[in-house]
Amino acid sequence: MSTAAAAATLRMRMARRARDPAALSLAATIALFVLMSLIGGVLYDGFLAPQVFLNLLIDNAFLLVIAVGMTFVILTGGIDLSVGAVVAFTTVLLASLVERHGWHPLAAMLLALAAGTCFGTVMGLMIQRYRLQPFVVTLAGMFLARGAATLISVDSIGINHGFQTALAGLRLPVIGAASLSIGAVAALVVVVVGAVVARGTQFGRTVYAIGGSEHSAALMGLPVSSTLVRVYALSGFCAALAGVLYSVYTLSGYSLHATGLELDAIAAVVIGGTLLTGGSGQVLGTLFGVLVLGLIQTLIAFDGTLSSWWTRIVIGALLLLFCLLQRLLVRRK
Amino acid sequence: MRRLVAHPLFWPLAALALLLVANGLFNPGFLALQWRDGHLYGNLVDIANRAAPLALVSLGMTMVIAVRGLDISVGAVLAIAATVAAWTIARLQAGGAGGLLPLFAAIGAALGAAALCGLWNGLLVVKAGMQPIVATLILMVAGRGLAQLISDGQILTIYYAPYAFLGNGFLFGVPFALFVVAAVFTALQLLLGRTALGLFVRAIGHNPLAAHMAGVRARAITPALYVFCGASAGLAGLLVSSNVASADANNAGQMLELDAILAVALGGSALTGGRFSLAGSLIGALIIQALTTTIYSIGVPSQVNLVVKALLVATVLLLQAPRFHLQMQALLRRASLLRRAPAKQP
Repeated sequence: MSTAAAAATLRMRMARRARDPAALSLAATIALFVLMSLIGGVLYDGFLAPQVFLNLLIDNAFLLVIAVGMTFVILTGGIDLSVGAVVAFTTVLLASLVERHGWHPLAAMLLALAAGTCFGTVMGLMIQRYRLQPFVVTLAGMFLARGAATLISVDSIGINHGFQTALAGLRLPVIGAASLSIGAVAALVVVVVGAVVARGTQFGRTVYAIGGSEHSAALMGLPVSSTLVRVYALSGFCAALAGVLYSVYTLSGYSLHATGLELDAIAAVVIGGTLLTGGSGQVLGTLFGVLVLGLIQTLIAFDGTLSSWWTRIVIGALLLLFCLLQRLLVRRK
Repeated sequence: MRRLVAHPLFWPLAALALLLVANGLFNPGFLALQWRDGHLYGNLVDIANRAAPLALVSLGMTMVIAVRGLDISVGAVLAIAATVAAWTIARLQAGGAGGLLPLFAAIGAALGAAALCGLWNGLLVVKAGMQPIVATLILMVAGRGLAQLISDGQILTIYYAPYAFLGNGFLFGVPFALFVVAAVFTALQLLLGRTALGLFVRAIGHNPLAAHMAGVRARAITPALYVFCGASAGLAGLLVSSNVASADANNAGQMLELDAILAVALGGSALTGGRFSLAGSLIGALIIQALTTTIYSIGVPSQVNLVVKALLVATVLLLQAPRFHLQMQALLRRASLLRRAPAKQP
């Protein structure tokens, strides 16, 4: 193929990309991230240090893991409001098993992951088999998981097991003195696996097809019902994994951990360019959505004079902006 | 009997009665009502009084859900209204205003702010074409931040006696809050029953396209219902902040949106829109409060409340699902066949 022809195909591909609302939205998110970083760099000393950006991943590792699971759910046109509660339940379950029943943390983690996956599967079955609305079913799941967490323990339990503290202290050097925690590495692995699953497997393609049109997907002979259940199982697994990371990060289990985390996850997915009606979006976008949310908090922390409630207002405003942008792009298409 | 059971309010009422009677059996004094110092006292009055804010929000939520909408920002709107009311009173008192002026100004400002929040939600849904859950999510996330902006992150305490009447006062011996709920319910019921509005709302909820073809102006009616939902959350905010004489921007009305949706579902309204019952939602709110009171009074840790509510939602949802009906009917039929089969053998 001549270079001219190659350039032509590239241009065509770029043009097609430019018309894709998801790609445009992703581009907007990345631009926003870069812009916010630059503004931070101009305003505050030491903002552009590598460790500041690695801290974004370290402090938001659990949010990132949850948001990847949420991306799949939202791609099918559903929603999962139970994830924050599942995180809290997982931390309490882990802490209680390790501290009060003498389990090894690793065994407790495996059990917690299995529990989260089962929990998601049951919700998926209720949504798929009985045609119930996802938001109501997962709302009930949220009540159940938080309630179950408080039933195990009302008070916060600290985790002092040597294995867990060793995990929490583990650092992976990246550039010079900058380093990543084990949780951040796990979250990045989840993002990569999520991106590959979404783009390169039959399951991923079915998820996109369901989001486009569930009816058409069924007519095409795709395994719609099993995929729907598996999407909620995946989200439950991600929430439990996030709970494990959260317990390593905070070395405690508490039923009031991660309140409102589901809203942050949904906001991250939307800001990352996934359409809330389903069918369009990328896991990579969600990564940038989470990074933007983290950057807002970092900016407010660096400023030092702004009150914490500005975080919520800014996230709300960004959510509005990206929702309107999505409507605009979809309408133009 | 069969017609009685088929009445849409039969099951919600039966559930409420069952809860109250069970309480009465375990705790003989539970159902007693007393007339003391010119006031009506008793657990039943207490339950109704505590359920009042939730009942108001449930009425608003019912209307929004009836047109296939949803408002998950009601908790945040309640916090905004409570904060605005407390802020207005403090400002007017600092300015030296006396008498009843701060009271009416606070009510006006709070309801105005709440209605504005509702209008914002309604416009996002209708004009911007967002899904209701997303449109109201924005205010749910940002609303508490806005409320904290007004209160400067503090819990505002209200030192103003007339304001306490809203949430603590008695009229003819009955808590004033109950009159507020009754007034809103009656006004809404009359508006929906005596004008064509009720028909329009049902039409939009059952089939938006058909309603549009028939000339129902959904683009005007839907935002109005969101405004009503916001205002009712604001009214609830007035009751709550008056009751505790303070406004907590961060915690007032926490999880209220979930309780309101649960009340609507318990009352027999379809969460998919169209079929709704205002009286049902009131009963739903009473059931939730009766449940909370029961759990407190039998001394079980209050955390169980969440689990019980979750199981309740799941049960109600399954009972509403057509497919679950079919499965149960099939099961019953099989069971009755099995029972009959051995009888035929000689």
